[in-house]
Amino acid sequence: MKIIAIDRQGKEHELEGRDGWTVMESLRDGGLDIAAECGGACACATCHVYVNDGWFEKLPAPSEGEIDMLDMALAVEPNSRLSCQIIVGPETDGIKVTIAPE
Amino acid sequence: MAAIETDVVIIGAGPIGLFAVFELGLLDLKCHLVDILDRAGGQCTELYPEKPIYDIPGIPIVTGQELTNRLMEQAAPFAPQFHFGEMAKTLEKLDDGRWKLSTDAGTEIIAHVVVVAAGAGSFVPKRPPLPGIETFENAGDGIGVHYAVRKMETFRGKNILIAGGGDSALDWVINLAPLAKSLTLVHHRDGFRAAAHSVNQMRELEKEGKVKFHIASVKALHGDAGKLSGVTLAGHDKTEWHHEADTFLPFFGLTIKLGPIAEFGINLHENLIPVDTARFESQTPGIFAIGDINTYTGKLKLILSGFHEAALMAQAAFHVCRPHEKLRFQYTTSSSSLQKKLGVS
Repeated sequence: MKIIAIDRQGKEHELEGRDGWTVMESLRDGGLDIAAECGGACACATCHVYVNDGWFEKLPAPSEGEIDMLDMALAVEPNSRLSCQIIVGPETDGIKVTIAPE
Repeated sequence: MAAIETDVVIIGAGPIGLFAVFELGLLDLKCHLVDILDRAGGQCTELYPEKPIYDIPGIPIVTGQELTNRLMEQAAPFAPQFHFGEMAKTLEKLDDGRWKLSTDAGTEIIAHVVVVAAGAGSFVPKRPPLPGIETFENAGDGIGVHYAVRKMETFRGKNILIAGGGDSALDWVINLAPLAKSLTLVHHRDGFRAAAHSVNQMRELEKEGKVKFHIASVKALHGDAGKLSGVTLAGHDKTEWHHEADTFLPFFGLTIKLGPIAEFGINLHENLIPVDTARFESQTPGIFAIGDINTYTGKLKLILSGFHEAALMAQAAFHVCRPHEKLRFQYTTSSSSLQKKLGVS
């Protein structure tokens, strides 16, 4: 399952996502510069991404905990998500995200 | 202030630094700990105090805060000395072979052994990605960009802009509103992570006209020679407007940066300290590294691995601190001398 990720320099990367894993794990394992300090516990807001090209609306809505945690993220936009809370699956194949500034 | 002399100085009072106090204490080695946070626990208390941890051997479920409390209790018989709210800044080798660690608060600690148990580094405030923000950070008391409020009085009579939706943001809105010339809060949504009673208080202040609240974000900072004069705000509909401000207080919590440890002269590999797995010593003799900050073949960033590393490190550190003494390995279950140290017999 494909993930298109745009890094902070604007470069596009095509990553392989694993079913049931998170987008954050793909970004991290793909060597992209994402802190993900808490390791996926929805506790730090350092895996913040923007979900592009209509994909935001296609994803299941963020949990209350994620919405709260986004208050600790910088430069939040209406399409902001924490990538550790986006689960990869057939329905996310081709999802496009941009790593938020830090 | 005279330098403190001790056996071991530990950088980082997270779970692994705390357990190192225990293991070193069993060997009669005294410890001082330096931590940039204002309390023990490191990531456990800063990032997930309420979240359960399920993989501590023998404790099926424990929160980050509970684990920290228990480790503090376990270390207590050895009377560790904590230097909270201080960042380990420089490390210098003395002629007598010991190390002198200096903090940004001016504390100097001389020790035979340095243990780096710093996790991923220092917790520092998140800095909004605004061009030139650093030029406003040292403008002076009460003006420019500040990530913490040290003396409230310095903010009296200022046009203050606060950004964020957590407890810090709301607490400072409530506390600074009475003495500010004007106080504006901006947040990206009309909802807050902060405690409900703080949000209610803020809404009251807004009704009374003492606080202005905008669903907006800061897009640019304006000013001359480090003196802030205003900011550009943008609303959800992308409309931008100018807002006058002397002071900008962004409260987005903390992030982790390696910090001055990178300048200590310790060999690093991708911001981690390579160690051997018998002693957990860095490539600089006398400087040890345990927990998330170290790396070796097969390393796992788990609290339980850090505990093991602390135990082996303590054995090696003993010989550095007491080169002419023989280490007697004993078990806490059977040794009356260890039980005496622990205060249980």
